[in-house]
Amino acid sequence: MKVRIKFYKHGPVKFIGHLDIMRYFQKAIRRAEIDIKYSEGFSPHQVMSFAAPLGVGLTSNGEYMDIEVNSMIDTKTLMDRLNAVMVEGIMATDCRVLDERAKNAMSLVAAADYTLIFREGKEPSDLGRFFTGLADFLNQPEILIIKKTKKGEKEVDIKSGIYELSAEDERIFMKVSSGSADNLKPELVMEAYYQFLGLTLPEFAFHIQREEVYGNTGDEENRNLIPLGLMGESCE
Amino acid sequence: MRKLALSDEILLQIDKPARYIGGEVNMAKKDPKLVDIRFAMCFPDVYEIGMSHLGMQILYDMFNRRDDIYCERIYSPWTDLDKIMREENIPLFALESQDPIKEFDFIGITLQYEMCYTNILQILDLGKIPFHTKDRAEDDPILIGGGPCAYNPEPLAAFFDLFYIGEGETVYFELMDRYKENKKKGGSRKDFLQMAAGIDGIYVPAFYDVTYKEDGTVDCMKPNNSHAKEKVTKQVVNNMDDAFFIDNPIVPFIKATQDRVVLELQRGCIRGCRFCQAGNVYRPCREHSLEYLKDYAYKLLKSTGHEEISLSSLSSSDYSQLEGIVNFLIEEFKGKGVNISLPSLRIDAFSLDVMSKVQDIKKSSLTFAPEAGSQRLRDVINKGLTEETILKGASEAFNGGWNRVKLYFMLGLPTETVEDMEGIAELSEKVAEVYYEIPKDQRNGKVQIVASSSFFVPKPFTPFQWARMCTREEFLERAYIVKDKFRTMLNKKSLKYNYHEADLTVLEGVLARGDRKISALIEEVYKNGAIYDSWSEHFKNELWMNAFETCGIDPDFYTIRERDLDEVFPWDFIHSGVTKEFLKREWQNAVSEKITPNCRQHCTGCGAMSFKGGICYEGKN
Repeated sequence: MKVRIKFYKHGPVKFIGHLDIMRYFQKAIRRAEIDIKYSEGFSPHQVMSFAAPLGVGLTSNGEYMDIEVNSMIDTKTLMDRLNAVMVEGIMATDCRVLDERAKNAMSLVAAADYTLIFREGKEPSDLGRFFTGLADFLNQPEILIIKKTKKGEKEVDIKSGIYELSAEDERIFMKVSSGSADNLKPELVMEAYYQFLGLTLPEFAFHIQREEVYGNTGDEENRNLIPLGLMGESCE
Repeated sequence: MRKLALSDEILLQIDKPARYIGGEVNMAKKDPKLVDIRFAMCFPDVYEIGMSHLGMQILYDMFNRRDDIYCERIYSPWTDLDKIMREENIPLFALESQDPIKEFDFIGITLQYEMCYTNILQILDLGKIPFHTKDRAEDDPILIGGGPCAYNPEPLAAFFDLFYIGEGETVYFELMDRYKENKKKGGSRKDFLQMAAGIDGIYVPAFYDVTYKEDGTVDCMKPNNSHAKEKVTKQVVNNMDDAFFIDNPIVPFIKATQDRVVLELQRGCIRGCRFCQAGNVYRPCREHSLEYLKDYAYKLLKSTGHEEISLSSLSSSDYSQLEGIVNFLIEEFKGKGVNISLPSLRIDAFSLDVMSKVQDIKKSSLTFAPEAGSQRLRDVINKGLTEETILKGASEAFNGGWNRVKLYFMLGLPTETVEDMEGIAELSEKVAEVYYEIPKDQRNGKVQIVASSSFFVPKPFTPFQWARMCTREEFLERAYIVKDKFRTMLNKKSLKYNYHEADLTVLEGVLARGDRKISALIEEVYKNGAIYDSWSEHFKNELWMNAFETCGIDPDFYTIRERDLDEVFPWDFIHSGVTKEFLKREWQNAVSEKITPNCRQHCTGCGAMSFKGGICYEGKN
């Protein structure tokens, strides 16, 4: 049975990297005595995959992990058992059974929501202009920025990857392209925006939180973004 | 949400920030305001190393069972954070509460190897605690040292308020009770140290004066305080099954060196290898019962969620219920995705059968520890392993499909000759030849034999405590002799030889058998920037050489000097169970190449029977 678990990551655990979070859940699933499926072979491992790695330092309300279980009572019991063995800052918030033919979360990822708030002392001097300038920034015909890749630096146009960009209560919200095909990091969007304003983005300027991760049931032209957690059913 | 001592900006700049945030699975959570005693347990090395240490986890768990004590953890900040903490004047904190360690009642530092001594001063320095016991104020923490290196605490005497000699499970609670009592009465720091000195196993260095002879050796060591005892007796747990073990070990977020459940089979060792300090100071050998271990195997796998379980002891093959515990683990857990990792076992039919069940033969290698290249020298060190046993084990292993073997040796052992050194290459060659006796069509590719040698350091409380250590040049010369011999071997393409760092070994030798004069050296070298000496990328030998010069200390006095049989050693005031008479006898047996039977074969009257437990009483009840 395929199960998708949504969880949050708040507070100091944001300093734990993606690979260690995977190790953390592998051990948690054993502590919770969840009847997870193991792969075949000499050293079997749990059948488990994560939607999208979260960078070190980011918090999240919308992390997803798919697992395969041999058996379970119901999704609520599974979630309760898992939450009984969590550390402070990590908590499962939803759990759905997936169709056996469902693609795994990782291959579905198409977009993600982020909110950004300034760390203390990192705000630009003219905060009003900062927030009102977002619309003009987005109205440019193209948004060019130097992206650092493994092979070196190249100039890319990130405009098509920014689906939404707005400000509310001194909080920046963005919906951007995500996943293996075209992953846009919120920091890069901010770097482009600072460049547009003629400013330099200070180091560690924002506290960034991922809010949700989406799959796309439409196509490239007509997107139909649905939270990964809604692509399955609860089984009580 | 827990508040961290370090800002996000700092944590995002440094390597592995999860080393410093605490909050792991099974971490003890208490309100520091609601306890009487705040104890910070410290392993003076980086988090991943320190978190792998079983002893510290046992004591952490033991202390936190008491509601009136909150035990937290300290590890050495890595060099990247060390730099930032100094620049920004951030005081060192404990992981649980993230509070500065200066606010604690006790700091207990485990002394696992000599080359961590400069890291102890880093902890004090960053913690803003005076280096010297004599300079500490009433409200500074009490600094306690314990662990194997506390069997010669003298090089650290200036820095520690007290040392706990032996196993922590016995008198720590008594010590804590005395502390509370004293605090309640409004007693001073000195009052407490005097009370502590009255407890068995507790050594307060400031309560002793040491005088030296003209030749620099110890003349005598006398208490200068009426509360201090002439002799400090090591603490041992008599019945292992009654001792505290860990119910809920902490599970690190980042991968620690020991990322698995560790079951302690026994303490001590029945073998009397004459170079081995652990084998002598942890006497008598005491076993856990099979039932106890089975129970803990379940408990610990459940509470940690680890996917691997390992067995720990000095010589697992000597554990009387080894087959029982190994078969139990395989039957009970193998099908549940739990890996079973076996410690170095004696290679025989049983261990090969077990290993073939729990390991992928193609990927694993077998380890033998002959320690010396010739039978003569193996008799000198009383390593009860013969060439015949090694070759037979190797032959069985090769026939079972293994084709990789590791061989461990020591160079610079007492009485070592060129033949003994060359024996390392010759024995390695013989192991290779055993492989090529197998018909070609039945072989599993080529054989790979890796021989490694470390340089021998004489340790206190061993029969070799009188031995002269080699100089750096002698060590290297010997390594070259071995290397040259390897080049002449018939199967040299299947053989590989590695040897350890010689500079570090010499320093380890100075610290291991050092006296109180060495405290000044450690302080000097730390002040000149030495830290993480056990890490080759940070070790700077020239800092130590300069410090010897500045302090007027001759390293040769501690390393290459011949010691008289009646010399007073700095550590003689400790009663470790094993008597000096026994060690002398063993030293003489070594020189005359006489082997001594192990404890199970025949009692040789080492003195450990005075603790009234373990192997000394096996079969006598």
